[in-house]
Amino acid sequence: MAGSNPNAKPMNLTLRVWRQKNRTTAGKIVDYQVRDISPEMSFLEMLDVLNEDLLRKGEEPVAFDHDCREGICGSCNLFINGRAHGPEAGTTTCQLHMRKFSDGDTITIEPWRSTAFPINKDLSVDRSAFDRIIQAGGYVSVNTGGAPDGNEIPIPKEIADRAFEAATCIACGACVASCKNSSAMLFVSAKVSQLALLPQGHVERKTRVENMVAQMDKEGFGACSNIGSCAAECPVGISLENIAILNREFLSAKATSNNLA
Amino acid sequence: MSWINKTVTSSIGRKVIMSVTGLFLCSFLVVHLIGNLQLFKGDGGLAFNTYSHFMSTNPLIRVAEIILVAGFGFHIYESFVLTRRNQAARGNQKYVVDNIGQNSDWKSRNMGLLGSIILVFLIVHLYNFYYRFHYEPLPFDSQNNKNLYGVVMTSFQTWWYVLLYVLAQVALCYHLLHGFASGFQTLGLNHRKYTPVIKIVGYAFSIIVCAGFAAMPLYFFIFKS
Repeated sequence: MAGSNPNAKPMNLTLRVWRQKNRTTAGKIVDYQVRDISPEMSFLEMLDVLNEDLLRKGEEPVAFDHDCREGICGSCNLFINGRAHGPEAGTTTCQLHMRKFSDGDTITIEPWRSTAFPINKDLSVDRSAFDRIIQAGGYVSVNTGGAPDGNEIPIPKEIADRAFEAATCIACGACVASCKNSSAMLFVSAKVSQLALLPQGHVERKTRVENMVAQMDKEGFGACSNIGSCAAECPVGISLENIAILNREFLSAKATSNNLA
Repeated sequence: MSWINKTVTSSIGRKVIMSVTGLFLCSFLVVHLIGNLQLFKGDGGLAFNTYSHFMSTNPLIRVAEIILVAGFGFHIYESFVLTRRNQAARGNQKYVVDNIGQNSDWKSRNMGLLGSIILVFLIVHLYNFYYRFHYEPLPFDSQNNKNLYGVVMTSFQTWWYVLLYVLAQVALCYHLLHGFASGFQTLGLNHRKYTPVIKIVGYAFSIIVCAGFAAMPLYFFIFKS
């Protein structure tokens, strides 16, 4: 491999992988051996090696979600050795490298577990519940017409920075996966506070939080116990402060909106 | 009024009820502790018995008692509803390997267990002091007040009773170590300046209150038996 570290010794690993045929059948852990894994591979590349082996043997490859493989898209969601996105803080699975493991390790790989995220197959889950929460209010309506002047609406730098921090949420679902209640509060709070902080989001501020929380509950996510696992496992570091903002937004919307329904 | 119903039955609404009732119960703990410190007065229980008489007959206190029962009731009821909902959200298939201990505190994940221990204690506690004070014939002290102090003294000379009380206070302490600050967070009261202060106050509150309560059975067991 060009540019690779010549001192990196290849590893042999035992993988314990959750295999499940489809949404309705029961799944189970199946053990596999993978050999000659470079420490410089990403976790997903290691799974590619496993799947090539399986295909050569005429077996069904392991289904897992992935897309950009550069930590932006939020697709590569694996629960690795009991942690969302694996043992390293602040990374997605695709940015987790095999040098974080040792030769001879046993690695258990499971899908996100939440009734709101039904398993499609093996390690791939259906996260469309998040899409429906966004559709319920996670947007800003913009009138067509001439583009407004860039500096027409003054926004303090500090507010812009905080909104941007919330906006970095990639909707991967690690918060749901790592929460003992499978709560989606960190995800919803990031989306709500991002828009509540900015003047462009104020037009739909009250209906947004009411509708998004209602949809979150409808999808079957749990409530927040403030245990903090979500923020600890979040690959982009969304903070618990957002959940307090969400609760404030929700309570003030419920108390003051004109929505009686 | 469906908007009210929707608010209080939403996941955030239920947590807000947990938070408000929990912080209200914290205020009760302060009153209960300060009143009961009279057990240490060394006057053979005269002040404590006078206080008990006042607390059981004053109309304002009786009204406060109804609010207190409601506070406990809502706190316990919501905890059952939320626990069931949260368990359903995770589903039947748990993680085969779950290292949640690496990213969160034990106490924060076991508020239901700690609360259940406190509930068992509460039932025993209410029977032994509240029920017996109100519905069983008790001897009177020299000031003609029911001698609840005597009940306290005999109860706290039984080793397993003392053990139950001390264990319950440990459970309460852990419950409060998470619950106090968590209550503020749920109400949306999170601020870079004040949240660290709330956390320190919460820790101090939990330890001082629970140590104060645990000192009572230990005092009688060690010095009065």
